[in-house]
Amino acid sequence: MTPDQDSRSQEPGDPPPSADRTSSAEQHDAALVASLRSGLHGGREVADRAFGAVSRLSGTMVLAVLALIAVTMVGRSVDAIRWMGTDFWVWRRWAPPEQYYGILSFVFGTLYTAVIALLLAVPISLGIALFVTQIAPVWLRRVMVYVIDLLAVIPSVVVGLWGLLVLAPNITGFYGWLSDTFDGWPVLGSIFGSNPQGRSFLTAGIVLAIMITPIIVSLSREVIETTPQSEKEAALALGATKWEMIRGSVIPHSKGGLVGAIMLGLGRAMGETIAVALTIGSALGQITLNALASGNSMPAVITAEWGEADALKKSALIGMAMTLFVITIVVNTTATAIVQRSQKRTRGAV
Amino acid sequence: MAIEHPTSQIGSLVSPFPHSKEDHVDADISVDVTSAPASVDGQAPAATVFELQGLEVHYGPFRAVRDVDMHIRKNEITAFIGPSGCGKTTVLRCLNRMNDVIPTARVGGRVLYHGIDLYGPEVSATELRRRVGMVFQRPNPFPKSIYDNVAFGPKVNGVRSKSDLDDIVEKSLRGAALWDEVKTRLKSSALGMSGGQQQRLCIARAIAVEPEVILMDEPCSALDPIATARIEDLMQEMKDTYTLIIVTHNMQQAARVSDRTAFFTTEVNPESDRRTGTLVEFARTRKIFSNPADERTEQYVTGRFG
Ligand SMILES: Nc1ncnc2c1ncn2[C@@H]1O[C@H](COP(=O)(O)OP(=O)(O)O)[C@@H](O)[C@H]1O
Ligand SMILES: [Mg+2]
Repeated sequence: MTPDQDSRSQEPGDPPPSADRTSSAEQHDAALVASLRSGLHGGREVADRAFGAVSRLSGTMVLAVLALIAVTMVGRSVDAIRWMGTDFWVWRRWAPPEQYYGILSFVFGTLYTAVIALLLAVPISLGIALFVTQIAPVWLRRVMVYVIDLLAVIPSVVVGLWGLLVLAPNITGFYGWLSDTFDGWPVLGSIFGSNPQGRSFLTAGIVLAIMITPIIVSLSREVIETTPQSEKEAALALGATKWEMIRGSVIPHSKGGLVGAIMLGLGRAMGETIAVALTIGSALGQITLNALASGNSMPAVITAEWGEADALKKSALIGMAMTLFVITIVVNTTATAIVQRSQKRTRGAV
Repeated sequence: MAIEHPTSQIGSLVSPFPHSKEDHVDADISVDVTSAPASVDGQAPAATVFELQGLEVHYGPFRAVRDVDMHIRKNEITAFIGPSGCGKTTVLRCLNRMNDVIPTARVGGRVLYHGIDLYGPEVSATELRRRVGMVFQRPNPFPKSIYDNVAFGPKVNGVRSKSDLDDIVEKSLRGAALWDEVKTRLKSSALGMSGGQQQRLCIARAIAVEPEVILMDEPCSALDPIATARIEDLMQEMKDTYTLIIVTHNMQQAARVSDRTAFFTTEVNPESDRRTGTLVEFARTRKIFSNPADERTEQYVTGRFG
């Protein structure tokens, strides 16, 4: 900075430039630097640093708890897995009296019921979420949101008992009709197979769908509501109908979040214990496309058989829990990756 | 469908766009043949596209605009100017019934489009909006690819064939002076473009459905001067094909680009002390800026507006 510029930048009240203006400018600079130095190193960052430390600590603690759970589960399941080898995962035979523990049919039951639940819940939930956010008048929106949030807090044992006592006995007629109608069809014939049971994969799937619908609805409602008005108007201004506006603006905008909402629902469905235990029929070794057959799921088996288990069986049950844990982590990681990729694409970062 | 549009039918969407720079088709092809249009300086009156009669808009109990009467002519650029809050956007959004989206908005008076009352019972807002396109204040491309942004309108209006869509996309992007900048990255996200490019994309998206009229609500207010100049040039080129109505708070812009200018202002309601907008003067742009009839117009255009 030249002295000339410096004097121009002085405040009107400053002393007029004189012969020693260079040195006064230097003094001024020195004072400025000093005040900057104290100002820039002020104490206000202490709070920031404390906050940083606390969040790092809690982050580490969560990881530590996760690691501890993992270590414990591996440690306590190692006996059964050593005993069975990879047969533990690839065989469906579960025969505790013979100390034979193959969990494949339970893995299948968990995944199959969760998939059925998603197939039923996703279209309904997204439909409700879109209706509530885009179409319903305000009063109806309030009522529906209230009712759906109420559904979310019904304890799962209540839904499970309803499935067991009301749904299972009354739905067999419908199942029989499904089974007869689709007899001989490709794919559908195997899904709606013979000998339908009231307590079955499909019944458990329906019960799970009822449980995850409120979750998916409320999460996707939040995501959908983030669509900016300007983007919706952009579609309408091109002559789009409301539905075309939803397809053109709302869904692309919310895609990532909707996948996240669905995946959270899936996680919930795979982990659900009691409602499935009550409605799936507790049949061992079932791996079949027939959704009308009884089966079993991992969490249901764990709670049902823990009580009278010997050490090896307990170890096998813990191995099953660990397997469920790994599957849910894989599902969630995949979901996160999908969400991030789609967000990057739409945000223009790629 | 309630409106019989004089020039373009759905079928014309699939026909080659008549006004790409290469073919340089005479602009008259797209012009209503039943009423001879004339330039501003010509003698014969140009066809009227919109006629507003005593237009009045309420938001809930609040009267935002009252007593707007005007004729908007074909193939001209009409500018709306006036202080902020005087209802320029509100009036503009009556012309494609975009105010329908706002639950509290109520429109009184009449808005005639080629003589048809837009707020009449059997007019379809979606059909109207295909003929009266809109470009918004902030560029609002969809979070999709450049191609999909432009193809959206034709798709919802029934164009299915890939090659037709390709043609429409190219021609619309050329029409918006954007093709050369984006032709190698049509599949990349529109959100990666600059603000000026995004706004030209929004113009391309609007012309892809071959509207007759394009409404622009302060289309340059979020852009830098260079991007603004490009869009102003573009408006001049578009004028042969489309009827443009632009809202601007920039008087130089109105003076530079428009043929006619409508000056709005607000007046305090004695009862409620809220301000209601109204049309003060509507005339040739040259007249508005050099020799306005109303004193308030003169004060505004000379910058002495209180
Ligand atoms: N959606 C709305 N709800 C209520 N009042 C509104 C709404 N939009 C605009 N207004 C009011 O209507 C008046 C005119 O607004 P607007 O048309 O946006 O003016 P301009 O575009 O000239 O700045 C303003 O007083 C504004 O506050
Ligand atoms: Mg405005």
